Amino acid sequence: MSGQTEQDLAKILRQSAESSERLLKENAELRARLERAEAAAGKAPQDYVELEAKFRALEGENREFANRYVEIEEENNNLANLYVASYQLHSTLDFREVLQIITEIAINLIGAECFAIYLVDDKTRTLTAVASEGLDKDKLPKVTLGQGTIGQVAETGENHFGPEEQMNAPVNPAEPFICIPLKIKDRIIGVIALYSFLKQKTRLASVDYELFTLLAGHAATALFSSKLYSESERKLSTIQGFLELMTS
Amino acid sequence: MNQPQLTALVVEDSPTMRQLIVFALSRIKNLKVIEADDGVDGLKKLSGGKFDILITDINMPIMDGLKLVSMVRNGDTHKAIPIVIITTEGAQEDRQRALALGANAYITKPIQAPQVISKVKELLKIA
Repeated sequence: MSGQTEQDLAKILRQSAESSERLLKENAELRARLERAEAAAGKAPQDYVELEAKFRALEGENREFANRYVEIEEENNNLANLYVASYQLHSTLDFREVLQIITEIAINLIGAECFAIYLVDDKTRTLTAVASEGLDKDKLPKVTLGQGTIGQVAETGENHFGPEEQMNAPVNPAEPFICIPLKIKDRIIGVIALYSFLKQKTRLASVDYELFTLLAGHAATALFSSKLYSESERKLSTIQGFLELMTS
Repeated sequence: MNQPQLTALVVEDSPTMRQLIVFALSRIKNLKVIEADDGVDGLKKLSGGKFDILITDINMPIMDGLKLVSMVRNGDTHKAIPIVIITTEGAQEDRQRALALGANAYITKPIQAPQVISKVKELLKIA
């Protein structure tokens, strides 16, 4: 081969080698990019799974917060009812007004339709209705302590709750659906007998039981102190009248 | 942006119930609550001020809630005021009568504060 031809061939070979080298380099780069892409592609589903798990956990927490919020709202509502009932019961020393407030609490907060408030007469050991709603107070018979549901509740101091299916059964004055003793410590001064509820009140809620407990204590105290106050007022005016007579 | 001050009138003869409603409404921002004992007192207060919502009981002495609703709807001032009835009367015919007279909402006792709050907010178009 001539020198020229050798040179040309060497040039072609060099170019070919350079081209191969470039191709190899590009190939290496492409491989690296492919590896990176494969690695990224392989990792993505894992991230997605993690994100989905986090999302589910947050969703669960969110649901829990929402449920808790509803519970707290309900609790707030119950506390407001209890606060208002207690506040109103102790807002007066007038016996008639206290009876009126107990009546309002029973209707507006508990949803009672027919009920009566009985007070114990320690001398005769009987209970007499002093206020009622949906029933004629004067037609309600006196109850002897220990007799029937009302008498037993007044004697034992234990609440009486009838079965829920009898919640709106026909009214029988001797058999209240619910009977709550009015207690000051261990002393029972009377009972509240609930016979029936408003049409829309189809079941008793937890706050109703709390209201019954509140009534048992606070209504009893309010009734007792208002009675004492009116008696002391009466005595005071008698004494004042007597003193005026003495000094005139 | 500040929400404008709104005023509600609560007409209810029972102080216990009134306090409970006022308590519930106090949780609505920028809502001032004025109280009235019966329908006549309610009308008097309505004529002497600007109110954005009226909440009334039905069974009240002197003037009942239905008469009040009817007089408000046929009166000169506040004839378009949203009216919420809160009552012990749970019968369907009572509800229909109240709505026919112009009440916008009818809630039966015993009330749940969230129910009252959401109805008042809805009628006042506030969040």
